Amino acid sequence: MKILTEMPDVTALMPEIVMTCLALVLLMLDLFIRRKEITALLAIVIAAVVGFFLTGSSGTAFSGMFISDGYSSFFKLIFLVSLVLSVLISIRYIKIESVNFGEYYSLMLFSTLGMMLMASAGDIIVLYLGLELMALSLYVLAGFLRHDTKSNEASLKYFLLGAFASAFLLYGTSMIYGLTGTTNLKAIAHYLAANGVAHNPAVMLSVILFVVAFGFKIAAAPFHMWAPDVYEGAPTSVTAFMSVGPKAAGFAVFGRVFLTAFGGLQVDWAGILIPLAILTMAVGNILAISQTNIKRMLAYSSIAHAGYALIGLIAGGGNGVASMMNYLFIYAFMNIGAFGVVIMLRTEGFKGEEITDYEGLAKSHPLAAALMLVFMFSLTGIPPTAGFVGKFYLFMAAVAEGYTWLALVAVIFSAISAYFYLRIVMYMYMKEPKAEVALSTSAPHGIALAVATCAVLLIGVLPSGIIELARAAVAGF
Amino acid sequence: MPSAFLPEEYLPIVIFMMIVIAFGLGTLAAGIIFRPKRPYREKLVPYESGNPPVGEPRYRFSVKFYIIAMLFVIFDVEAVFLYPWAIVFDKIGLFALVEMLLFIAVLVVGYVYAWKKEAFRWD
Amino acid sequence: MMAEGIFIYLAAAIVILSVLVITRSNPVHSMITMLVLFFHIAALYVTLNAEFLAAIQVIVYAGAILVLFLFVVLLLNLKEEMVARRYIGPWPLGVLAALGLLVVIVLSLKSFIPGPSGVFTTEVVRAETNTKVLGQILFTEYLYPFEVVSMILLVAIIGAIVLAKKRLRN
Repeated sequence: MKILTEMPDVTALMPEIVMTCLALVLLMLDLFIRRKEITALLAIVIAAVVGFFLTGSSGTAFSGMFISDGYSSFFKLIFLVSLVLSVLISIRYIKIESVNFGEYYSLMLFSTLGMMLMASAGDIIVLYLGLELMALSLYVLAGFLRHDTKSNEASLKYFLLGAFASAFLLYGTSMIYGLTGTTNLKAIAHYLAANGVAHNPAVMLSVILFVVAFGFKIAAAPFHMWAPDVYEGAPTSVTAFMSVGPKAAGFAVFGRVFLTAFGGLQVDWAGILIPLAILTMAVGNILAISQTNIKRMLAYSSIAHAGYALIGLIAGGGNGVASMMNYLFIYAFMNIGAFGVVIMLRTEGFKGEEITDYEGLAKSHPLAAALMLVFMFSLTGIPPTAGFVGKFYLFMAAVAEGYTWLALVAVIFSAISAYFYLRIVMYMYMKEPKAEVALSTSAPHGIALAVATCAVLLIGVLPSGIIELARAAVAGF
Repeated sequence: MPSAFLPEEYLPIVIFMMIVIAFGLGTLAAGIIFRPKRPYREKLVPYESGNPPVGEPRYRFSVKFYIIAMLFVIFDVEAVFLYPWAIVFDKIGLFALVEMLLFIAVLVVGYVYAWKKEAFRWD
Repeated sequence: MMAEGIFIYLAAAIVILSVLVITRSNPVHSMITMLVLFFHIAALYVTLNAEFLAAIQVIVYAGAILVLFLFVVLLLNLKEEMVARRYIGPWPLGVLAALGLLVVIVLSLKSFIPGPSGVFTTEVVRAETNTKVLGQILFTEYLYPFEVVSMILLVAIIGAIVLAKKRLRN
């Protein structure tokens, strides 16, 4: 019997440990902080400190349960970026919604911690716990508008379907554990290859169950049902946060489990993921057309983007995964940016969630309309924005791996998506304003939008930096 | 199944439960068989010290009960981890103490939070 | 033979009780059925040589969580709840999906080959007792997941207070 009696080496875990300690300190400090702007500022400082520790961390800990490599670090960068941007756009917004409580920021930190644990998970048990930590915080955040029945409904729906998805994950885990006698991802891959059980139908069942569980988290059709209701009901800043971070975390574990544990079965699971990706793009892009609420429209758009990103995973290999990561990184900026503009329309006594509210915005508020234009162009994938770059690398990776027809399908769906993205632009620039729409602005909000816009345009013009970073990150996978 | 496991030491509990069920059902059955049956309407009316009943017997609980019950469940789960820890403490020693202190420290933060938010106050 | 008989009884009872829990129109009846269900699950753990889990099932689930459920049921307006429209219109579709999944699971389990059993065989666990073995594993190899659990519990505390506290202030 192995009895561990000395401190394990936790240097690889430093970012997470720092994050945990500081988040706990913030939770305690918040009890004595009156002005919640300070809490928000401290949350951003914490994200920066964790980002600083991230650069030096690599290696494994706890006998392979925790893996810190380029792949996990890149995803953690996405989480931290989306955390900081979401916090910045929240400060004014949660005041307007009169839920200006410090717990909001603490829960965001805990959720991000859960995502970080997921990205670094080398063992399915840890993966599951990270996922629960992320999801539990999000259930609470989705219901943060306590007196709004839509928010309550969003929280409840998200919780019920999330618990359902967790059950699938655990069932798949139990299946693979029974077959291989381990939950360590590398050990699973090793056992499957060494003992010739890789093509056992029970392994395939386990793969399918994992696809269902992760499909829920990334909101891929046909497991997307929760997304429109939750995105619409949740506070807009939380919607922005959870359409980016948790989705990226879902892709992180998708890639980690399928490329490590089921790496030898790529042909089989790619066969499951291809129809899933096509269905996801179809459902997301086609149903988005008929939406009248912008949050619901962006929810369907986020479903569609999960479909695009899946193409990177299907293509597999260093290039495919790198293009997926690159896409998720870009998606963080353009999607939070778009939600940032949506939040600006929310003022005291005015919801500003209808698409018709954008009529004539270019006349009354030209700058906000211009920003929305940039984000809508980027979400559509029109050059010279980052969205084009992301899609370009994704489709190139697919073509390189012989999935030319899949890339073509994705291009067709991108063309369909132009209809509903550019409709917003059309409303803003070609219609007369119906009523006077006020904007709620603040300095942090402006910073977030400026950062998002600069990132979208810069990556659009100079794309090589990020894709090289992603490729380097995947190299050590 | 490779090795079917039969926990025969639990047999007394099974027998005991069977006796309990048999006793419960038996007394009910005996009542039904032996008691005199003379039903009339007034017997079905709830008895409130002779007065006619007012209002509903059920009323909605306050949401405060929920918070208390939820906090109880959470700290109950925390206590559950202490059982296996206490049993192996002599084998693992100081190391086990440190990790359990870390575990409890996090929950103490939660406790302080709940305290300061007046989750334990009734009004 | 005997062990199989016990398992079949417990498995059948668990499935039937679960169906009863979700089909009762009176939530209090559901709760009572659930209590019986929890005891059957505990018995299943006993037959799996996991006595600690069986005890936890009774203490935490049948004891604490069921009380929480009862409180929530009492928060509801029972009279309204019992006549309220249930959103289970397309249940035949659900049954169909579940049956489909069942067929897939049964078919794939036919070729299931159990993996290596490791150090903790049934005999070792019986000799050492389940709680002790669990402690040895949990506080050495699985110490990292164990510490993560504390964070999840902390978030649960915050969540309960944020969502249900009437006046949330400092």
